[in-house]
Formats: sequence, C-alpha cells, structure tokens
Amino acid sequence: MTLDKFLALGQTAMELGLVNALTVLSLFLSYSMLNVCDLSTDGCFTLGAAVGALVAIAGYPWLSLPAAMLAGMISGFVTATLQTRMGVQSLLAGIVVNTGLYSVNMALTGNKANLNMNKIPTIFTMVKNLLKDTPLAGQSALLVMLVTVALVVLFMCWFLKTKLGLAIRATGSNADMVRSSSINPTFTTTVGLCVSNAFTGLSGCLMAQQAKSFDINMGSGMVTVALASLLIGGVFFAKHRPIPLRAAGVVLGAILFRLVYGLALRLNMPAFMLKLVSSVIVVIAISGPYLRRQVPLMIRRWQAAREGRNADA
Amino acid sequence: MLELKNICKTFHAGTPDEKRALIDVTLTVEDGDFISIIGANGAGKSTLFNAICGSFMLDAGMIRLDGQNVTMIPEHQRARQIGRLFQDPMRGSAPDMSIEENLALAAGKGGWLSRVSAADRKAFRERLSLLGMGLEDRMRQPVGLLSGGQRQALTLLMATYQVPKVLLLDEHTAALDPGTAEKVLELTRSIVEDNHITCLMITHNMQSALDLGNRTLMMDRGKIIYDVTGEERGRLTIGDLTDKFRQLSGRALDNDRMLLGIDNKE
Ligand SMILES: Nc1ncnc2c1ncn2[C@@H]1O[C@H](COP(=O)(O)OP(=O)(O)O)[C@@H](O)[C@H]1O
Ligand SMILES: [Mg+2]
Repeated sequence: MTLDKFLALGQTAMELGLVNALTVLSLFLSYSMLNVCDLSTDGCFTLGAAVGALVAIAGYPWLSLPAAMLAGMISGFVTATLQTRMGVQSLLAGIVVNTGLYSVNMALTGNKANLNMNKIPTIFTMVKNLLKDTPLAGQSALLVMLVTVALVVLFMCWFLKTKLGLAIRATGSNADMVRSSSINPTFTTTVGLCVSNAFTGLSGCLMAQQAKSFDINMGSGMVTVALASLLIGGVFFAKHRPIPLRAAGVVLGAILFRLVYGLALRLNMPAFMLKLVSSVIVVIAISGPYLRRQVPLMIRRWQAAREGRNADA
Repeated sequence: MLELKNICKTFHAGTPDEKRALIDVTLTVEDGDFISIIGANGAGKSTLFNAICGSFMLDAGMIRLDGQNVTMIPEHQRARQIGRLFQDPMRGSAPDMSIEENLALAAGKGGWLSRVSAADRKAFRERLSLLGMGLEDRMRQPVGLLSGGQRQALTLLMATYQVPKVLLLDEHTAALDPGTAEKVLELTRSIVEDNHITCLMITHNMQSALDLGNRTLMMDRGKIIYDVTGEERGRLTIGDLTDKFRQLSGRALDNDRMLLGIDNKE
C-alpha cells in the first residue's frame, strides 16, 4: 500500500468515524451514563437521515440539522415514555420503537426506500462553497465533522456536570439515591434519552448528506457498530476517569473502529462482514471480563478432577 | 411533628402468602424526639419506615408530616423532607460519581443547569471535615472507592445536608465492624443533636436502643407493643426489655444478637 493510499484510507476512516462518533456519544449517554441499552438506535438513526434529507431537499440544508435532532428527540421521548410510564421493559421499548420507526420513515419519504441528494445543496456542499479558494477547501467534509463532533463533546462535558447531568448519571448508578434526593428517575431517564437520541438523529442526518443519498436500511445494525466503538473507546479510558477523557476516548474508539474496518476491506474482507465483526467485538468486550473471572474456577475444577483421578488410581 | 393514624399494610392480600405487616399502627412523634425502635425480624419495623417514606400506598390510615397530609404524595416528592439510611452502606450514594457530585445532588441547590460552584465546594469541604475521616481531601474520588463505614458516614451527611423534618435510620450500623459502627453511631448522635433533627432509629442493639434518644418503641407482628419514655425508660435495663418482650408478645426473643446487644455481623 502506498503512502497516498494509506492517507486516503485514514481520511475516509476519520470522516466516517466522526459521523459514527455522534451515535457513539449518544450511546455514551444512554448506555454508559444512564445504564439503558437503547435498541431504538437503528431506527432513530434512519429517522434523522430521512428528516434531514427531506429538509435539505426542500432547500434548507442548515435547517436539516436541528430538524433531525428534534426528530431524534421525539423518538427518544417515546422510548422513554414506554419504559418509565407504561410498564414496557426497557429493551422491549427500544425494539418496539425501532420497528415502528421503519413505517414512520417510509411514510416520511413517501414510500420511497431511497432518496438522492446528488444535485442538491447539503451541509457539506455549503461549507465547501464557503471555503472555496482557502487552503481548507479540500478538507471541508472533515472540517464539518470535526467541528460538529467537538461541539457535541463539549456539550456533553458541560451537560454531564450540570445538576441535571449529575441526576442522569446518578439514575444509572443508583436510582434509589436519586429518588431520595427528591428527583424523579422517570424525569431524568426521559431527558437522558431525549438528548441521547437527538445526537443519534444528527448522526444519521450527516451520514446521509455526506453520502448524498438516503437509504431506508442505512441504520440497520448501527446500535451494534456504535456499541463496539463505545467499548473500544472504553479500553482507552476506564470508568473512573474524568468525563472529558472518556468522551474523547469514545470518539477515538469510533475512528479506530472505522480504520481497522477500512484496513480489513483492503485486505479483501468483504464489506458485508462489518456487522459480524462489530457483533464479535461487542461480545468479546462484554463477556471477556466475565470469562476471565471464570478461569480460576475452571482451573480449580480441572485440578480437583485430576486429583480425584489420581486418588482413585 | 410526624403523625401516623391507624395505618395498615397487608402484603399479598388474599393469597396464601398474605402478610399483615402493619396492623392499625398509631404513633405521634414530637419535634426533636429521638426514638429507638426494636423488635424481632419481620416485626414490621422496616415496613413502618417504608410507609413513612411512601414506598407503597397504605391500605388504610393517614400520615401527617409537619401538619401536611402526605398519605398520597409520591415517594420522591416526600424525600425532600425525609432523610433515610439503610443497613446496606451501598444504597445511599452513587458509586460511579465523586463525593463532591454526590453531595451536590443531596444539597439540591440551584437550577437544573447549575454546576458545582467554588462556594459549594468550600461548604462541602467544611461539612466533610466534621466526619473526621479525611474525606474532605478526596472530594473528586469516586464514592465506589470508599469503605463501608466511610460510605455510611457520607450517606448520613447527604441525608442531613438539607435538615430533614424526620431522619429514619434502619439498622444503619449493622453491616459495619464494631469500631466503625461505634464511630458512625457517634456521628449520628452529634449530627442529630447539633441540627435538632427528629429521628427514628431501628436497631438490633438493645444497649444503644436504651442509650440513645428519649423514647423507645418495641414492635411485634405488625404492632407497637411497648412505648416507653422518661423516668421509666431511664431505669430500664436490657434484662427488663427482654422480660417485657416475653410478657407482651408471649414469646421469648428469638434473636441472640439482640439479647446480647452485639451490634456486628456474626
Ligand atoms: N415488599 C414486600 N412484599 C411482601 N412482603 C413484605 C414486603 N416488605 C415486607 N414484607 C413482609 O412484611 C413483614 C415485615 O417485614 P419488615 O418490615 O422488613 O420487618 P423488620 O421488622 O425485620 O424490618 C415480613 O414478614 C416481610 O416478609
Ligand atoms: Mg428490617
């Protein structure tokens, strides 16, 4: 592989990794902080993409970002309401919303599985025009993503230190204690999922505009890919580290995941393997520590069995 | 003033597991009272606290706190006025958050988007130093790193940070080793005295039930069977208490731990 090719690979990994990083940051809030595994992520990602694409096609590329975030927020509100006020188990609430969102997304696009944005202005083309004739022109897409991700990371660091953010973190860490501080965990869970899904929606919106196309299945498997990136990010900075470091680690995890994936494609791994790879990463990251704890036990069993055999002999 | 009027709670009503945990309990707690509560396992002591906190709806009866009828008010809304500690030191604080962040939630000051200020930090530091455990120098460390005794002391501080109308202590030293238990009990006494907090304390330790506070209740099978204050209480010994129990409940106290007044894990 030549240096040029390697740099191009790195750039793609950066751009795609940063788009994914927004979804990963969203899971950082819901999964790591609030301790809710939000399985509506796939549908919400596609929802953000659909809404963003429609608004951009209607001629308002800038407006597409807040619109996609609002759509994500509404989706998060529904998921939260199901699990906090209507007795639906947390995992099921996510699955149900995810399924429902497929129809919602189809309805939004007018029963079209694809939308094409080749000839219309997007956030990325707008910024490219703004930067025309400056040295940054060639890197405008990367720049858009860097700025967006940086803003979201800054927001997250600020938000998680406010009283509301503390209450959301405490809800994931010890809900009893939240109640005894006179804060309603129903409220904190709802706010947490709304904010988190806003970023998932934003992520989908930027993904579609960067690819200049929307596809009804573009979010499928996103939750596992994002979870894999989140868990890779957790390797850099563990649970007890300061939040800004952990948030940065999560972004790093998303980029690294894309980089490794890009390299694997180079080495002739078929593209359809992405999802299996992310599944395996999630399983290793979650069950690894569990299995490690089992090893001493297994060794002792094995030793006991061997001694038993020796005694018999 | 805390008033319980004829409160009743039956679990699993109408099933073979039916359990009448509180039977027509009436109790008036005066401001500044420090009441110790004793009774065998399953007597309904914790259920009494759950009723006061609103963990479930009563089957019958009424609860009035400081003049306000709170019977129908949900748990998290009552919590501002009630401080509570459990036997398990892990229950009162969030392990993944720092001491400072836990205290910020307990202090409950400022709007939703406010952050911990330098003034808050100074106040936290002062209050923490009163515990005499050096926690004031570890304010940024996660609470999960603290020992059980330190965590229980922190929970005590959190529960009383905004002075509650009533403080409920449910065997809050029973899971600590004897030395630490002593220390936490001493902290409890001084915090309650300094802030004139009305307090109810469940304990397995008959000696501390008699040493601490101004009134003692004995519970058995969902009822308060003995309620003693003043001079009569001043004269009581552990032996008198066990006699009383046998006489009033028709059974011997089945709990060795209680008889001996040892307050630690076996
Ligand atoms: N949430 C509950 N559901 C069913 N039974 C309960 C519940 N809480 C308490 N009980 C029962 O009520 C009785 C009183 O329990 P409790 O108040 O915990 O006793 P203790 O005096 O030891 O604190 C026990 O028999 C217990 O099994
Ligand atoms: Mg109990």
